[in-house]
This record gives sequence, structure tokens and C-alpha cells, in this order.
Amino acid sequence: MKTTKTSYSSRRSFLKSSALAGGGLMLSLSWFSKAKAVDKLQELNLPDQWSELTAYIKITPDNVVKILCPNPEFGQNVMTSLPMIIAEELEVDWKAVVVEMGPHDNTKLGPQFTGGSNSVRMYWKPLREAGAAARQMLREAAAQTWSVPVEEVTTKGGLLIHEKTMKVAKYGELASKAAKIPVPKDSKLKAPKDFTIVRKPTKNVEGLKVVTGKPMFGLDYRADGMLIAMIQHPPAFGMKLKSFDASQTLKMPGIKEVFSLKLYEDGFEQGGFDTRTFNELLVVVGKTTWEVMNARKKLKVQWEAAGDTKDTMGGRRGKKEVTVPGGLESTTAQLEKMAEWANKPAQQLRKDGDPETAFKNAAQVIERTYNAPFLAHNCMEPMNFFAHVTDEKAVLAGPLQAPGWVEPTLSKLLNLPADKIEIQMTRMGGGFGRRAYGQYVYEAALISKKVKAPIKLIYTREDDMTYGIYRPMYTATYRAALDANKNLIAFHVKGGGIPEHPIHANRFPAGAIENYLAEGWEIPSNITVGAFRAPRSNFNAAAEQSFLDEVAEAMGKDPIEFRLELLKRAKENPVGKNNEYDADRYAGVLTLVRDKSNWKKAGVATSGNEKYHRGVAAYFCHNSYAAHVVDMVTRDGQPYVERVFSAMDCGIVVNPESAKNMVQGAVVDGIGNAFYGALTHKNGAAEQSNFHNYRLIRHNEAPKQIEVYFVENDIDPTGLGEPPFPPVFGAVANALYKNTGKRQYNQPFKTDPEKRI
Amino acid sequence: MATYNLKINGKIRQVNVDSSTPMLWVLRDHLNMPGTKYGCGIAQCGACTVHLDGTAVRSCQLPVSVVGKQAITTIEGLSAKGDHPVQKAWLEHDVAQCGYCQSGQMMSAASLLNTNPKPTDSDIDAAMSGNICRCGTYLRIKEAIKSAAVK
Repeated sequence: MKTTKTSYSSRRSFLKSSALAGGGLMLSLSWFSKAKAVDKLQELNLPDQWSELTAYIKITPDNVVKILCPNPEFGQNVMTSLPMIIAEELEVDWKAVVVEMGPHDNTKLGPQFTGGSNSVRMYWKPLREAGAAARQMLREAAAQTWSVPVEEVTTKGGLLIHEKTMKVAKYGELASKAAKIPVPKDSKLKAPKDFTIVRKPTKNVEGLKVVTGKPMFGLDYRADGMLIAMIQHPPAFGMKLKSFDASQTLKMPGIKEVFSLKLYEDGFEQGGFDTRTFNELLVVVGKTTWEVMNARKKLKVQWEAAGDTKDTMGGRRGKKEVTVPGGLESTTAQLEKMAEWANKPAQQLRKDGDPETAFKNAAQVIERTYNAPFLAHNCMEPMNFFAHVTDEKAVLAGPLQAPGWVEPTLSKLLNLPADKIEIQMTRMGGGFGRRAYGQYVYEAALISKKVKAPIKLIYTREDDMTYGIYRPMYTATYRAALDANKNLIAFHVKGGGIPEHPIHANRFPAGAIENYLAEGWEIPSNITVGAFRAPRSNFNAAAEQSFLDEVAEAMGKDPIEFRLELLKRAKENPVGKNNEYDADRYAGVLTLVRDKSNWKKAGVATSGNEKYHRGVAAYFCHNSYAAHVVDMVTRDGQPYVERVFSAMDCGIVVNPESAKNMVQGAVVDGIGNAFYGALTHKNGAAEQSNFHNYRLIRHNEAPKQIEVYFVENDIDPTGLGEPPFPPVFGAVANALYKNTGKRQYNQPFKTDPEKRI
Repeated sequence: MATYNLKINGKIRQVNVDSSTPMLWVLRDHLNMPGTKYGCGIAQCGACTVHLDGTAVRSCQLPVSVVGKQAITTIEGLSAKGDHPVQKAWLEHDVAQCGYCQSGQMMSAASLLNTNPKPTDSDIDAAMSGNICRCGTYLRIKEAIKSAAVK
């Protein structure tokens, strides 16, 4: 597995120090001076007072420590966990720390990208180095002030100490002096055993703002003279604007302008995440949200078939033209087409041994096909963005996972240099991958440019759900060959999708089976797709982990023992090359969940009078390992997941409180999507448009108990937001089999909420 | 357009809006009180929950014209200092992930506890199932409601 590559040109450049401060004020203090808890709701806007030590850390003379969070927050709690990493190495009292979302500045603050379960793993080392460097600078400042050797200056809880001379100073007193010291290289980092902040359950720094309803989200953003804008996109994929009559709309109260907006000019070179579904939109701009919503309903629009269209995609390998097929797609036809394509020759992705011969000689072949629909991300905060674009500059604010990816495109679209574009990162009401695609940011910017005013673009729930950028539609056929003694001798997976296949060819059980074949195929479509919490893995873990359960049963083996045997093989005598996973860590989560769930007999468990049907699944992605045992009960004739045991190996857990919350959330999200998630189409139009017909899991359907266990080790942190999500699908499918006697091959598992499966 | 004098969080606020305007947008756009959230606009997600004379209602389906003299409470007015038992319990259990739905969750929870100070699990399910949390914090919400109930 490739390790995460950080792409900032000069790592040191974002550790650069600059002395912003006025003089630090010397205060008397005692050994016992305790840092005062900072009022986290109070805005600390004291620009003259801050001394900047590395780009992330600012300290006032009276010892308030402000730490900037580099990465956008979408609920994974990076605004707490990333500053914790800095505070750890800086050796400050966490109570004295205030956290602020940093500005968008990739040169100073690094990649600033939320996605791929990357935030903690890519910032772990740089932030530790930043904290350690700042601490070193403070120690130097103390050594110079006291004329003592720097080696003799120690730190504790935001204090600098020289024991021999009994000298003590608060960081704040020496911060302005420290800020003038060059940032040292290779400051010594703490050993994990000495951590006092990292690994300590720590509350969300924005918790009080959340519970008091403070404006934090993009949709809450306001500016003087701001107008509200909404788009009207074609009613179906494969359609485009023909003509429109806005006369009635323009007569409605509060309406300023109606126009059509072209996003990309022909031949515009799109970046990899510049996906857009509809290139020409109608735009209504007015004074208030309700007025614009109502006026939009009065538009008279003619739509027509778009036919085949072309996208010009940029990239490292140069420009290429991609044809997007026309046509109005329907789910039934798509399923038929996938079944047809599944029988055609496909691209070979990996081959070990001689699978063809092994299958030919097999005593028994098990073959199963799994299907899953498109999924909409359904972030609770619909897509929106604020933009104020003038000839000189652009100020934008809103929910976005990857500001650094939209900036180059904005620069081209607006014809403004990047340093004239300011992007403020608001807290996101969910992301799940959707907000890595910034087309709504471009729309907002172009609308503001056109109307020459600050605007906030708002998608209604319906706009959001029917726009596209979905989890792709997937299928995979798995085959297992058993010999006469019921040994697994060959394994074959052939996966496809619209418009991309799901296969990770080098993951388990690759490496554990002598004869192995993985293949993939793809059907182009005009329905756009994007990353959705653990892309591809979220389907594979459902299909593969259900299939392995069925194979174990055919072999007469316990499903956990069966997986452990395969992992033993993968460890001791791995088959093939490029196996991505660490067999020991994979086995580790399985044994942990086995022990914690008191797994004895496959398929059943009891607690008091309650009898459960249980299922297990495990998966590796984003360099981490997750396993779940789900226990299902039947209430009013319906299966419900009542309790869940989760085991997770993501290396060092920075903040166990939010980490546990993330795993619990992933479990609930997984159950919800496995049971209910589906976005289907008829004649190109999405058949679901809001939460009355796109079912999300609710309180009464969520488990009553989710126990989360982390493998304890000193491995640098690996991914956490995504890895616990995929195996939930498989564990639910396997428990459903025990509960209903029926294997699950088609998602969602509860297609009719009124009926038992 | 018509003028309405609305009692919101104990104060009389005057707005001049179309009579069909939902309270959600009156609060957010006209009164700059964005704690109440837009999620679906069709009373399916509960993000816009406020209290109308102490009872949880979906403000996206509450036209300004029907409010009359009834008192509206929003998340901004649930307590003066963020110390309502529900708010304290939410912090204690570190409930929020993205946090977007939590105003609505807390308003539903506070309304439940007004009428049922010791709710059972199924009482909580019944009262809270109109509030969607896309991040899946349901378990913590339930624990927080139980904590708030004993406060």
C-alpha cells in the first residue's frame, strides 16, 4: 500500500514563523499558576496581541494559546483532534487553548483537504513538528532571557521552567521573543508513552456553539446586501435547457434577475473533481429564500434531449476528451445492461496461480451475484455557497471539503489570480464525499459575478438529491472453488458498475488463496458519480463479506475462524504481490470483536431472555481495519439491529471520545444505507427527491447499544472516518440471513418497509 | 405583505412578510436567527423544529400567519446561557458530529421532557423519530435525553 503522499512543495514553508506581536507583557506568576479555562464562545480578536509561532499557533501575552485548525470540519471532529496534536507537542494546558478554523492557505497550512480519511493521518507528523518547533522556540527565548543553557529549560502546561535558578515564565510572556527565532528543524518529538492530551477523551471544541445554535454553517452565512440565488436544473439526466419564459417569475415579489448560466465554456479543461451534471442552468436571484423558492415555481421552461456531450478533462497525463452518452436511463434497463455486461470479457486486474484450471477441477463451485443502487449523499445541510465576486477579487464562504482543488478552477473561471480568491471554510453539515466536488462553488461565483452583488446560492433538498454525483451503481459476481475435501482452491471476482467498477484487486482475500482472479468492467453513463464514504469499499465489503459467509457455511466452518485461517495463510505464505493489507492487523480486529462479543456459535447469541441473530464482517480500507458483530432481533415482524460490537485498528487514537462517536455513526449509517438506501431512475429522472421517498435511518431503527473497541498500539494514525462503514453492510446481510433464512444479494435489503423480507 | 408581531424567545419581534412565509424563513432570513435549520422543507427531517407554546413543531410547515399570539421558542432561546438540561446533557455526551440537525433534535427532546419528564426508550423513539441525524448520533441523543431527564 502506498503511504499518503503530501504534496505541499515545501513542508518547512508552513512552519514559518513570523513575529506579529507587540511587546509581551511580563506578569508575575507562581509555580502553581493554573491556566484559566478560556470562554470558548468569546471571540478573541486581538490582532495586536498575537505572537505567531509557526503558522498554526498564536499566543497572547496573557497566555491564551490559539491553535488554527487547517482542515475543513464536517463532523469528523478535526477541529478538536488536529489542535490536540499540536497542543500535545507544544506542552500547553488544553483548557487554555482556543481553536479557530484556519484561513485557506495551502502554502502556510498544508493540503487542507478533508476526505479519504486523511485529515489526521496526513497532518499527524507536520502538526507534531509544528508543536515541537514552537515549544523549542519558546525554550530558546527563555534560555536567552535567563542566560541559561537551552537544554536546561523545561516546559509544563504552558510554562517555561529553569529549575536550577527557580525561574518560571508563562509561554505568553516570551512568545513575542520566541516568534523572532527561526523555526528549528528536527525538534524532538515526544514518545507516545508521554502523551497527555493525545489519547485522552476530549470534548468537541465547538460543542457549545452547536448546542446554542450559533451561526457556523455555510447556510448561516450572511453579508450586507446579500441576495439569494437558486438554480433550476434539468428534470432528468440526459436533458438540457431549450428555452425559458421568466416573465411570471420576474413579476413575483423580491425577484431581481432570472438568467441562464453556462458553467464551463466548450473545451474548458476540468480538474479531476470539477464534475458537473448539467452545464447550463437557470438561475433566479432575489431578496429572500422563500421569495426565490416561490418565484422559481413560476418559470416556464422547455427542456430537450442533450444527446452525447463532451467533457474536456485536464490532468497530469494531459488533456483528454470524454464522451458523455446521451439518453434517458432507467434503473430496470440499467440492471439488465449490467447483467449482460457481466457475461462479457472484462479487464483483468489481478491473477495469481491458475484459476481457470482450479475451477475446472473443482468438486463444488459457489457463484453469487450482488447488486447495489446509486446512493445520494444527503448531507443534512444542502449544497450552498456564498460568493462576492468583483473585478478585483472574490470572497467565498461555505461548506467545502477541498478548497485547494476548487481554487485553480475558480481562478480560470473568474479570470482572477489565486491570491485574489479568498475561500472561508465554514463548518459543514455533513460531507460524506459530496463536498469534494465544487461545482456549486463555481455556480455561486459565476452568479455573483453576473449580478455584481454578494449572493448565497442555496440548493433545496430536491435540487440536492436529484443533481447527481452519487455513489455509483455496482454489481459483482463472486465464485469460489472447493475441492472434494471442501478446501477453498480458487477465488474469482468480476465486478462492474455504472460508470465505474468497484474492485480493489489487491485486498483480502487476495494474497490468501492460491488461485485468484479479479476483473472489472464499466458502463459509461450521464448520471454523475462521486466519492461516497469509503468509495467502492462500501459495496465490496457488503458483497465480499456476504459471500465469504456463505463459503464458510458451505465449508462447514465458523465464519470468523475461516477468515482467520485465510489471514494466517496471507501472513505466513502470501500469494502474489502488492497485497495492500497487513494480515496481522486484519486478524487483530477479528479476534478482538470475537472476544468482546463473546462469539461462541455462529449465528446466535443470547442475553437474558433476549435471543439475537448475529452476523460478522470485517474490512480493510484507508490503511485501517474494522470488524463488526451485529445482533438482530425481530420486533413486530421486522428485523432490527439491536446491538453491535465494533473493533477498530486505526493506530494511535488521537481523541477516543470522537473516535468512538465516528464508529458508532458509521454503524448507524451503514445499517441505514444497507436497509433503505437507494436512488433509482426512470426516463433519466431521479425517482427520489426528498426524505418522504428516500428513506434514511431514524431513531427507532438505530441500535440500542454499540460497543466500540480500539486495538491499542503505537502505530501512527491511519484512517477512521470511512473504514468502519463498509463492513457494516456485510455484517447486516449475514445477520439477516440468520434472522430470515434468506441470503441478501440486492441492496437495499428492506425494499418494502411494510413487508418482511 | 403583512406586518406580524411575533413573540419569539420572550421578545416581541415585528416582521413584514408575505403571509405564506414559513416561520423557518422568517427566523433565518428576516430575524437573523439561523440556529433553526433548513433540511427538507416538507416536515420530514425535523432540522427546523421550534416550540410553539412549548410544543415541538416543524417551522418549515408553520406559516407566519397562523402563529398569532402563540409563543415561539428557538434554540437561541432555549436557555439564556446554554445551560438548559438538554444542552448540558448534549455537551456531557459529546453528541454532535456535524451538528447541523442537533438544534432540531434538542428542541424535540426539550419538548418531550416538558410533557414526559421520565421517558422510556420507546417514548424517546416515538418522540424523536421525526428528527433525522445523517451522522448517526441517535444512541448518544438517547443517552443525553435520559441524562437530561434526571437533571
